[in-house]
Amino acid sequence: MSTPVLSPTAATPQLSRRGVLTDIGSVWQRETLTILRDPFSLIFSLLQPLIFLGLFGPLLAGVTGDGLTGGGTLQWFLPGVVVMITMFGTSMTGSNLQFEIMTGAFERILATPLSRAALMIGRALKELTPLVVQALVIVLVATPFGFRVHPLHILAGLVLLGVFGVGIGALSYALAIAARKAEWVFWAVQQTLLFPLLILSGMMLPLETGPRWMQLAAAVNPLTYVVDAERALFGGTFADPAILHGAVAASLTCAVGLWVGVRAIRGSTF
Amino acid sequence: MIHTEALTRSFGSGKQVVHAVRGIDLDVAEGELVAFLGPNGAGKSTTLRMLTSLLPPTSGTARVAGLDVTADPAAVRSRIGYIGQKDGAGHNYRVWDELRMQGRFYGLDRRAAAARAEQLLDSLDLGSLKMRKVSTLSGGQKRRLDIALGLIHAPGLLFLDEPSTGMDPQNRANLWEHIARLRTERGTTIVLTTHYLEEADSMAERVVVIDHGEIIADDPPAVLKADLAGDRITVLVDPADVGPARAVAGRVGRELAERPVGAGVELALRVDVGPAQLPALLRELADRGVAVRAATVHQPTLDDVFLTLTGRSLREGADA
Repeated sequence: MSTPVLSPTAATPQLSRRGVLTDIGSVWQRETLTILRDPFSLIFSLLQPLIFLGLFGPLLAGVTGDGLTGGGTLQWFLPGVVVMITMFGTSMTGSNLQFEIMTGAFERILATPLSRAALMIGRALKELTPLVVQALVIVLVATPFGFRVHPLHILAGLVLLGVFGVGIGALSYALAIAARKAEWVFWAVQQTLLFPLLILSGMMLPLETGPRWMQLAAAVNPLTYVVDAERALFGGTFADPAILHGAVAASLTCAVGLWVGVRAIRGSTF
Repeated sequence: MIHTEALTRSFGSGKQVVHAVRGIDLDVAEGELVAFLGPNGAGKSTTLRMLTSLLPPTSGTARVAGLDVTADPAAVRSRIGYIGQKDGAGHNYRVWDELRMQGRFYGLDRRAAAARAEQLLDSLDLGSLKMRKVSTLSGGQKRRLDIALGLIHAPGLLFLDEPSTGMDPQNRANLWEHIARLRTERGTTIVLTTHYLEEADSMAERVVVIDHGEIIADDPPAVLKADLAGDRITVLVDPADVGPARAVAGRVGRELAERPVGAGVELALRVDVGPAQLPALLRELADRGVAVRAATVHQPTLDDVFLTLTGRSLREGADA
């Protein structure tokens, strides 16, 4: 064992001042390296949305009749699938965290000078990273079946989803901290909230034909506005007011999520 | 390096308030090696968490590495190293990735982080494990990685929370070798908590005994033992010899005690330096015609110190 590090002649490393963006980048990189070291997980995650699109879409076309047939169904349903995989991915942000709280890595990271918001944003962005690849694959696969691609609009849609996803990721992060002593609670809450949120956003089936209470519930669900905004964007317009509403819903979710998350980190002992 | 005034921390509210730390005044100078000793639940770890800015104090102030922990926690964190009780490295990550990303977390640029990670891998004998997943490492290897993670930014002040808990003797010796090297070669200030008496006794220059959230003693181990416990000598003599034996023992030592042991009587006395005074005591007893059947010297441990201070044994407390 040699001793270059501990010897007094070894140069003391130069610490630079870090900005929040650098912090976010570092946290994101740490998490993303696990995908890079184990790329198989990414390949499997690509299959899931394709299965949904391939098996659900045709049924939906049959149910809804003329208005949503063929390319129309895809155009309506595909943005919903992209939102869905975002929700699946980011709502699980906290699950890896729980394991890290248990083993001790989280405490070690808390002892570094990293910004607390960056811890959550970086982790949520890691969950959003495969999404970009997933979205591209879905769009590519759907194109031959009549889906019309508007690249700029899709890009804007992904940015909006990113903002929303960071908020959901931060809430998931806070949930993991709150449930750090009972792992099952995390999954129970995550599953219990996820599906009603998805269904009551009109993501999988249109809510126009549903009962009045469902439409009311959808009106207070921020995800509804995000889904509508994504549909407008994927449809190739920037003019629809739904986009503005979606942007507001996403920003609010993001702000609330980060506020709750930072409070959870500061207020807990690990 | 550290200065605290009336540092307290309570948990809970209403009737359920637990006062984990009840007013700690502490000064640690640069280059010192200080051990916080006390039973589980004494407030050692809570104090350490406040000093590392992981936990905000309920009241009182703490300046660490020149900065107030409440006013500027992130800056405090960038100047100190912290090695916790559990595994610092994420189990699903690679050794190399964890180390260099830790460097990035502290603000090293890409190249400096990689260079420093390489140095530490080499210095802590982890080079062959570079691309291994952390979950596949042995306990001792994980602990060495924890040390590497804690040292990535070469902090001048290092905190270790129960660093050797659960380690086998070989790994514990190995850990102490690294800590000793850090001090002699870099002059790093080290603050650690332990409930291992022998460890605090042999390694720390200064032992801060904490019980019920308060500092009840703060001195070098040798001073603590001499002041608060002292050496004890026992001699076993025939009942017929008790009279002259008592006279001699009374002159050599103090706090004389007697109890029957088998067919004889055991005299116990407290002295300053047991091993040096025993031969003289035996010689004097022989001169008086007292036949000594057995003799022992008991040198105090920090457990005796704790017993004197609190009336409880630290070993019992550690199990509770």
